[in-house]
Amino acid sequence: MSTAHALAVDDAAPGDDAAHADGGHHEHAHGLTDLGYVKVAIFLAVLTGMEVSLTYVHIGAFFMPILLILMVVKFVTVVSYFMHLKFDNKIFSWLFYSGLILALGVYLAALCTFQFFAGN
Amino acid sequence: MADTALDSPATAGHDDHAAGHATSTGLSNNKLAMWMFLGSECLLFGGLISTYMLYRGRHEGSPTPSQLYNIPLTSISSFVLLMSSLTMVLAVSAAQRRDDRNTTTWLTVTALLGATFVGAQVFEFTEFVHEGLGFTTNLFGSSFFTLTGFHGVHVTVGIIMLMALVGIISRSKFPGDKAEVVEMIGLYWHFVDIVWIIIFTLVYLIPS
Amino acid sequence: MAISERPSVPALAGNGGSAYVTPSSSMGVFRRPVSTTGWRSWVFTVDHKKLGIMYGVVAMTFFVIGGCEALLIRLQLAAPNNKVLSAGAYNQMFTMHATTMVFLFVMPMAAAFANYLVPLQIGARDVAFPRLNAFGFWCFLFGGIFLNTSWFLGGASDSGWFAYAPNTSVAFSPSHGVDFWALGLQITGIASLTGAINLIVTVLNMRAPGMSLMKMPIFTWMILVVQFLLLFAIPVITVALFLLSFQRNFGAAFFSVEKGADPLLWQHLFWIFGHPEVYILVLPAFGIVSEVLPVFSKKPLFGYKFVVFSGAAIGFLGWGVWAHHMFASGLGPVSVAVFSVATMAIALPTGVKIVNWTMTLWGGKLSFTTAMLFATGLIIEFTIGGLSGVTHAVSPSDTQQTDTYYIVAHFHYVLFGGAVFGLFAGFYYWWPKVFGKLLNERLGKWNFWLMVIGMNLTFGPMHILGLQGQPRRMQVWTDFRAGEGFFNLAFWNRVASVGSFVLALGILFFLINVLYTAKKAEIAPLDPWDARSLEWMTTSPPKEHNFDAIPHVHELDEFFHRKYEEDEATGEIRQIATYEDIMAEEMAHADKHFHMPSPSYWPIILALGLPIVAYGIIFQRILAVGGAVVILLAMFGWSLEPSVADESDYEPPTDGGTTKELATLG
Repeated sequence: MSTAHALAVDDAAPGDDAAHADGGHHEHAHGLTDLGYVKVAIFLAVLTGMEVSLTYVHIGAFFMPILLILMVVKFVTVVSYFMHLKFDNKIFSWLFYSGLILALGVYLAALCTFQFFAGN
Repeated sequence: MADTALDSPATAGHDDHAAGHATSTGLSNNKLAMWMFLGSECLLFGGLISTYMLYRGRHEGSPTPSQLYNIPLTSISSFVLLMSSLTMVLAVSAAQRRDDRNTTTWLTVTALLGATFVGAQVFEFTEFVHEGLGFTTNLFGSSFFTLTGFHGVHVTVGIIMLMALVGIISRSKFPGDKAEVVEMIGLYWHFVDIVWIIIFTLVYLIPS
Repeated sequence: MAISERPSVPALAGNGGSAYVTPSSSMGVFRRPVSTTGWRSWVFTVDHKKLGIMYGVVAMTFFVIGGCEALLIRLQLAAPNNKVLSAGAYNQMFTMHATTMVFLFVMPMAAAFANYLVPLQIGARDVAFPRLNAFGFWCFLFGGIFLNTSWFLGGASDSGWFAYAPNTSVAFSPSHGVDFWALGLQITGIASLTGAINLIVTVLNMRAPGMSLMKMPIFTWMILVVQFLLLFAIPVITVALFLLSFQRNFGAAFFSVEKGADPLLWQHLFWIFGHPEVYILVLPAFGIVSEVLPVFSKKPLFGYKFVVFSGAAIGFLGWGVWAHHMFASGLGPVSVAVFSVATMAIALPTGVKIVNWTMTLWGGKLSFTTAMLFATGLIIEFTIGGLSGVTHAVSPSDTQQTDTYYIVAHFHYVLFGGAVFGLFAGFYYWWPKVFGKLLNERLGKWNFWLMVIGMNLTFGPMHILGLQGQPRRMQVWTDFRAGEGFFNLAFWNRVASVGSFVLALGILFFLINVLYTAKKAEIAPLDPWDARSLEWMTTSPPKEHNFDAIPHVHELDEFFHRKYEEDEATGEIRQIATYEDIMAEEMAHADKHFHMPSPSYWPIILALGLPIVAYGIIFQRILAVGGAVVILLAMFGWSLEPSVADESDYEPPTDGGTTKELATLG
């Protein structure tokens, strides 16, 4: 897409390996092995199992906080490992998390004005 | 945004003058764009989730959420979507090893798992309608179907992109050629998954 | 103007020849468009400069339309019991006036400047995603046309530009106007979102070597902040508009009060978007005057870093103040107090900017060209609007002012005196860059002074009207209730109406100026203002590839620093090079190998699918399916088409030469 990209095409056929060699792909160097990804998936599956089983036992006041914590852990795990944010350039994290935190901020504030949390 | 993701797959962002760096930041244009899009999507789903949270208790004229929700079914479909994230990341990993055969396989499996999820959602929606909760029934119905429907549309768009990608890879002459597109669609797919992680907890597991 | 360039040709080869490109099919779908002249060269272009001009022309057209709507409103209010507009037509008129000015003039006009100038200011050859850029433009154009067709298809939206629920429900607004409004803004929203992503990537990734973020021209900085605001604000209005469309077109209950809905949900969603939107409108203008003031003061911008950071701070704080639009809606004392304080806080970074501009002028060698007049005009008029804005931040006072003409006065001072004056400063400053000719200064002075007098005559009295209690959106006034004495409503309404026509006359002078300039033969010098930033370091208008050689940047205000040097002993600034020297130097080191992105059919086809879907949703569902098919096919075509044509798409030069066409515009 970038005009600059075309410069590579001058010397190499489109799609030639050279076009990729230094184009910001460093995932080979860091990131997990396939086995590592499977382990992460198992971890996520276990957390999901815990979440579901929590709904069948009555643990009172701790129910909601534990569920929310599990949700956040799952979220962050997928973002960090499957989406490589943990290994990738910090700019990506900044872009994504600023959107996420902004969303949390404005929408929680809006729900507060509805007295949404007063009843809970 | 499908177009962005598929845009110029081979963009490596070369510059003739920048010493050692392809772009000012050294990062791929496509990947930056995708992460920005996902950041922006947080605000979209945030709005839909907030609308649901505000209205979930207003279910006059229909069964309550806890009467309707079929937790075992939704748990299984959630699990399926979660595992599709694994197969997606394996596809990305294969693509980066320039292993097109495995890339194609894992992409296909991902698409199938995604389709299973959407299928379960369609089944769930039909059940709800039978039990008396339509889109127009009440505020709970409108906001529930809008939120989960938006997510379902995202999954469907993802499936279309995955299938198109399988087609594109089969036509490409150079192994690993489309690694960046695979990664891009992977990011989108994982995002759809994490949105579901939130929806699953906030909508299904926490009763109103 | 050349769109396709042949591979591997010397950049400096001759001008004016024809292109001789005959592409084979790209990926077997269509043959790529190759026209270098005529309408095809515009419709299928992906060149950021052509798209910038197209954004500008279309936005200016909508400005005239929106202005006519404003004049009709003022005509209706010019006399008691007036019958220029029926109540229904009046409602549509003020709704569409605001919608047009905000979404179809100020935002796209800022996009016009951003598209044209940001790549030039950062020393890039185009934006990061040229096809996406074209797609954004077509979405804006089709969205705008779609919105305005509502006039002929049962009436335009009559719910006000913020479309409060439940007034927007079918029961209260039975025409299709609100449907058009919601879907039309959805389409223009796509333009803004794709544009935002595109420009952020461009600024982050495509800066010339040496241009660190803190060496970027200030206009580019402000545009960057605005694009982040758009990136995060557009999805919020998207949600709101979806809910509204579902409510009206598919029977959802989101705003049905009888089903227990909370109408404040709309207000929150709208203003979470709406307040950042205010800064989306005004920050580009701030960027423009921050470029104009230093050039015509012959001084660097005072406190560049402060201007950058205060711009970013305004952008950030802008997210925490939305509920000050809702003080009268019964939010509760805690919410009101929190948002009141946050709103006052935003005056600080804005004040910083005003101080910086004033200090830039201080001690400078001022030359009051028209561009400079508009820039200084902005400082004064915007400050007036900013001060009345602070009175809204104080919630007890705001409660009195809500929905009166005082609010109307305030936002016209900040938006007309701020955003529009800034854009006009930009027109006069960059016109020679874009079109190679200087706008006439004499007509420019008429333009400026009539606009200043007109705007103060129009919007000044609205402060008085508002404080006297005249409600916003009031369709008629009667002599009986107009009151007496100095503060009577009749007198000030008449003044405002007269003022609006003075204002319109001022804008007419601008349009005359444009035509006059187009006719005259005189070509502007390449550096008419003794400017400071990179966009002036190339031809006017720039060649398709912008720069023969991508400049290496060492300083903020790079162009200035190449021309001038400070004498270390005396501290005096002396000239070390003329712009001719600098450009000759650049040309001597022209880059040999580069490709420009190739034109494409897909952006316009993809964008065309959107209004088809929208018409389908309103009138005939099957049409929507057809539109969706167009969109899907266009997406496939787009993704299968390489952004740069393959080598095989070009035949070898038939004349044996190595020329490529680089005809200039105008």
